[in-house]
Amino acid sequence: MRTKLNNRAEFQAVQAKYEAIHNSANRKILVCCGNGCVSSGSLKLYEEMKTAVKASGLKCVVELMEEPEKDAVNVKKTGCIGFCEMGPLVKIEPEGWLYTKVQISDIPEIIESTIMKGEFVSRLAYRNSGILAKKQSEIPFYNKQTRRMLNYCGNIDCESIEDYIGIGGYSAAVKAIFDMTPEQVVEEVIESGIRGRGGAGYPTGKKWSQVAANKNADVKYIVCNGDEGDPGAFMDGSTMEGTPHKVLEGMIIAGIACEAEEAYIYVRAEYPLSVSRLSMAIEQATEMGLLGDNILGSGKNFHIHINQGAGAFVCGEGSAMTNSIEGNRGMPRAKLYHQVDVGLYGKPTCLNNVETFANIPDIINHGAAWFKSVGTEGSTGTKAFALTGNVNNTGIIEVPMGITLREVVVGIGGGIKNYQDFKAVQIGGPSGGCLTYEHLDLPLDFDSLKSVGAIIGSGGLVVMDENTCMVDTARFFMNFICKESCGKCTPCREGTTRMKQILEDICNGEGTMEDLDELEEIARMMEKSSLCGLGKTAANPVLSTLANFRNEYEEHISEKLCRAGVCQKLSQKVYAINAATCIGCTKCARNCPVEAITGQIKTPHVIDASKCIKCGTCMEGCPAGAIYIENGRKGNVKY
Amino acid sequence: MVKVDFKLIDKILERYDYDKGNIIAIMQAIQEEYRYLPQAALEYVAEKIGVSMAKIFGVATFYENFSMDAKGKYVIKVCRGTACHVRKSANVLEAVYEATGLSEGKPSTEDGLFTVEIVSCLGACGLAPVVVVNDEVHSKMTPEKAQALISELKAKEGMR
Repeated sequence: MRTKLNNRAEFQAVQAKYEAIHNSANRKILVCCGNGCVSSGSLKLYEEMKTAVKASGLKCVVELMEEPEKDAVNVKKTGCIGFCEMGPLVKIEPEGWLYTKVQISDIPEIIESTIMKGEFVSRLAYRNSGILAKKQSEIPFYNKQTRRMLNYCGNIDCESIEDYIGIGGYSAAVKAIFDMTPEQVVEEVIESGIRGRGGAGYPTGKKWSQVAANKNADVKYIVCNGDEGDPGAFMDGSTMEGTPHKVLEGMIIAGIACEAEEAYIYVRAEYPLSVSRLSMAIEQATEMGLLGDNILGSGKNFHIHINQGAGAFVCGEGSAMTNSIEGNRGMPRAKLYHQVDVGLYGKPTCLNNVETFANIPDIINHGAAWFKSVGTEGSTGTKAFALTGNVNNTGIIEVPMGITLREVVVGIGGGIKNYQDFKAVQIGGPSGGCLTYEHLDLPLDFDSLKSVGAIIGSGGLVVMDENTCMVDTARFFMNFICKESCGKCTPCREGTTRMKQILEDICNGEGTMEDLDELEEIARMMEKSSLCGLGKTAANPVLSTLANFRNEYEEHISEKLCRAGVCQKLSQKVYAINAATCIGCTKCARNCPVEAITGQIKTPHVIDASKCIKCGTCMEGCPAGAIYIENGRKGNVKY
Repeated sequence: MVKVDFKLIDKILERYDYDKGNIIAIMQAIQEEYRYLPQAALEYVAEKIGVSMAKIFGVATFYENFSMDAKGKYVIKVCRGTACHVRKSANVLEAVYEATGLSEGKPSTEDGLFTVEIVSCLGACGLAPVVVVNDEVHSKMTPEKAQALISELKAKEGMR
């Protein structure tokens, strides 16, 4: 049980204590326990690491609640370090070394070499085209990022409030409570220019001022939207898991600004880890008197409750979410009133996204000017993205607003996997659009993206290579939206169903050119007349693929050809080997499951088209990139 | 059909103050216990917290996670989110269906061993494509790995 802090002075004393511990040169072993690494087995690794450190006769500290002895090794469970592809990740402090793909069998060597002797285990290092990177900061995936919102993520124990306080946590909430008036807090947030990170990009400060303006309301609510439903996006999940206290702190500050005392966090059902870490964080903060009644003796109260979603994408929409929190079907309401005036239980409600809240403590601590020092004029600060798909480095990244797509895909993502060509990036999930080669130098910010028919959305960036069929991609999203449409309004319910039918016809080779016009017509109708954002934006993936890849639609219809070879009922691709570049390594012949490839060592190989099953294994494995699709008519340019 | 333990339901209701507003949380707790929502349990809840059966059904059928049918011992969730889709999870799903003899219209095996579910995103996109068996995550799946996984589960249950 933690001691309750009764006033500001007690908080400051505790902070000084943990700050000193944090800054001590003690050896730390940080095991990444974000969703990605947990999926790769890092929780077991963490347990084994603790046991092994203790067994080796070293002093080991896990909990910070007790004063650590000198030269004790601190084994910590951190939030997502971000480089999910290379997980499980282990970081060694104070050197800042990063070990990748660490297995339980590697533990003895880490303890013996690194912990006992201070030596680097180069076997576990990340290598980029043969160049070894010892530290996280030497890896291109990291050094092109600007980690602010996620600055603690991966550096502190995600399950320890002491660690968070030691690194400066809750000082912004304390500042807002004791040194600032609600108006000053709102003013600072307006001045920072931060816009909602959930998708629409509504100015956060403006929203807060509208909620605050409801002076006569008996109850007001703060709601945190953690229903990250966009398939392909997981930054909010990583934030909730990795720095749960930062989200809570942001919410407390919002409570001060809007003079609200009750808050809810709505977490998606698929994120059990987020739920458990947030619950733990709420419990810890309540024990220490940073949440609950009379926070640090200030007379201010703030209570946070967790609501777990039950699997409905539409609940990410504000009014559907409040319906769901109230225990109803999660259907949106007509926008006769705004949530800031009539929201949860009919009261003024401030609803923001997880990432928005997690940005707030730094704005209060460092000021609006600091926040604005990165980003663009209309989109200030940084944005977290989930970089996934056919790209070499997948994971969570945080970059300044306005960075170009090229820097993200090539610089941070390390280019396309398996030497394939770049085709498109899908941004913003099922409400978003796709960006193509032409957009590689487009700055990623709210307004630039809007101008090309895409949105930042929650921040999912799915990179697609030439083997992705854009018609199939549109069908994929429409299928998703069609399932998730709540059915309340006709345009969305019927429109998505009809669009899905048309797209299926096209993928099956039964489409007509008139279908393309019908798709556009339905899209316009849905945009104008759907009840909520889900229906209004549901056609975006179709419109955007139609605008950028109309030729693919036309090929599907008139030539019955799917150049990516995805649509099974259409003509398939023919694989071939470029004799000029083939190095005759025999790898493809060995990999081919049907023995369709023949050739002598060190001479060009050939594919027997009659035996080939078009699985693509040869192309994926070719070290020389000599295998290509003969009738693919790429038209997709190298980046 | 499972026998519903009403004492247990009472405990759950108590935990949530018999509050209508907590109906989703109550059903989640029931589902955690039985792995689906037995009708008898829902009828009992409706009576105790004073809402109509229609309302409870309305909520239960709205959310994807609630199941009105008993699920298999192994619930296999195949992620069909965007990142997994781009890395060819459709082929993985097909392999899982083939190995279990199931389909989208028939999600559970008669022997109560397997249930196959399609999920939209599990947040492990960096490791796509992902398959989750009960709570264990299997990353970077291929059709071959999926088949091997199911064979392994079958072998564990003494099936050929």
